[in-house]
Formats: sequence, C-alpha cells, structure tokens
Amino acid sequence: MSNEAVEDPKSVTTAATQDAPDPAVRTRLARRSRARHPSDAEYIRIALILAALTGAEIAVYYFDSIKSLLIPLLFAFAIVKFTLVVLWFMHLKFDNKLYARFFTGGIFFALTVYAIVLLTLRVFQN
Amino acid sequence: MDITTGEHMTPHPPSEEEVEFDTSTGLPNLKVAMWIFLGSECLLFGALITTYVLYRGRSTVGPYPHDLFDIGYTSVSSFVLLASSLTMVLALAAIQRGDHGRLRVWLLATALLGMTFIGGQVYEFTSFVREGLTLHTNLFGTTFFVLTGFHGVHVTVGILMLLSLVALSLAGRLPQDRALTVELVGLYWHFVDIVWIIIFTVVYLIPTGHANLVPR
Repeated sequence: MSNEAVEDPKSVTTAATQDAPDPAVRTRLARRSRARHPSDAEYIRIALILAALTGAEIAVYYFDSIKSLLIPLLFAFAIVKFTLVVLWFMHLKFDNKLYARFFTGGIFFALTVYAIVLLTLRVFQN
Repeated sequence: MDITTGEHMTPHPPSEEEVEFDTSTGLPNLKVAMWIFLGSECLLFGALITTYVLYRGRSTVGPYPHDLFDIGYTSVSSFVLLASSLTMVLALAAIQRGDHGRLRVWLLATALLGMTFIGGQVYEFTSFVREGLTLHTNLFGTTFFVLTGFHGVHVTVGILMLLSLVALSLAGRLPQDRALTVELVGLYWHFVDIVWIIIFTVVYLIPTGHANLVPR
C-alpha cells in the first residue's frame, strides 16, 4: 500500500483538518520544516551530551568529597539537560518564537506561584 | 484587468513562500494549542513537585526515601527515557524526509523504550509496596506515588499515541504531508522526558534532609 496519499482524495479530506490548504503545499512545508531542523547526526550528538550529563549527575551523587556542592551541581545539570531537550529536540531554537513564549510563560507562572508557596511555608529555612 | 492597477489578474496557485498556514498567526493552530497545553502542564507538574518538596522529610514513620531508593536502577530508567527522546526526533526526521519505513521503526523503538520505562516503574512501585510504603503510609508515600504516578500515566498515554501513529502509518494514513501529527506527539513525548529530568533530580538524587531543603 502506498503511503504517499497526496493524490488520494480521501486523505485530502482527512488532512484538511491540518491547517495548510493543500496536501502538496503541506508536503513542501514538511520538507522545508525538516530543512530548518537539525540533522540526524546533530540529534545523536545532543543525545550523547545528555547521556554524559546524566552520567555526571549520578557520579556527583556518589562522590562524598563534593557533598557541599551536590545540590547546586545537580540543579545545574538538570537545567542544562532540560534546556538541551527543549531547544533541540522540541525545536524551540529553530521554530517561531510564539511557541517559546507560551511554554516559558507556563514555566514562569509555575515557578512564581510555587516559589511563593514554598517561601510562605518557609521550606528553605533551617 | 485589475481596475486599480491596470494589470492583468492572472490567477495562480500560491507559492511556497506565500502560503504558510491559513490562520491568524500564520502558524498551525494544532501546534500552537499543543504548546499552550504543555505550558499548562508545567503548572500541573509544578504543583506536584512543589507538594513533594514541601512535605519531604516530614514523614514521622518509615519507610523513608533512603531506605527504598535504588539510584543505580532509577538511573537506567532515566537513560532509557532519554534514549526514547532521541528515537522520537529520528522518527520525525524520517517522516519529514518521506521515509515511512524508518518512521515506523523509530516510532516502535520509542514506544518500546517507553514501555521499558513503565515496566521499570511498575517493578519499583511493587517493590516499594512490599517494603511497606503505600499511598497511605506517610507523607513521603503520598507525595511520591502521586507525583511519579501522574508522570507514569503521561508516559502511558504517550505510548498509546505512538502506537496509534504506527497503526496509522501501516494503514497508509500518515503521509509525509502529515508530519505535523508526528511532531505534535513528539512534543508531548519530549515534555514527559523533561519532567522526568526534574523528578530524577529533585526526588531521587537530592538527599532528604539536606541543609537547603530541611523543612521547618
């Protein structure tokens, strides 16, 4: 069975729920979107960096000599990993900035509201 | 003849540059909606993580986190979920190239990695219950199971969506021009991954009762 349903009238009907008006245009847009996204090799490089960072996180956890730096280091690793996934795998580095605004807006509200909750309840004090 | 310019009006199909998406933003509505949804999910998981942090170290009866956590085991689960993010982007790249064979391979690989993660979580939950930690045992049990359980449900929903994409592709109903559908599922999947990045650090790696997080 052919997967190229561009000329199949049924697929045109179902695909009409996606916003571009015509399947041929959508195919070109898919190719162009691909051109703006990283290559497979770059995805693999990012995944290797993420794996290395996860390995470093676990190593830091087991090193007794740097216990005083444990929390800052763990948070730093987590933030870097989070950012790499969002920018490269979720394509926020390459896509329209409006998407980033919606997402960072959610994160900002979450951090603000929950920081207020934790500070109100004095969670960070000894 | 166009009476305002005097030029002949020649109807022609819009060029690639002229036609993006027929929406008020020029962006696909489904993708905008997905990002708004993910923004709202930040608030949901933010609430669950905050609750965990708020009550950590406040359990008056055991078992406690250090009695139960096996960091080596959870680390393997984390690697599995990270690997699934890679296979997901490779699936998207495949459909954008029009390579349907590889699309199915990478989608199935992502679903299998997700199932491995969920299998690991079920094993972990079962072993914790055997050790005496349930949802009702103490504050740690309640907050831990609710947070990681919600995440597990999200992973399970993601697996169902991935398998649906494989079925659609096999039925020939996922042509290259519907790459956006794969991209949307991918966004959801990567979001589940980044939530786990935070959970792994906050719940598993930061020891309970550490100086900066000891509750009053």
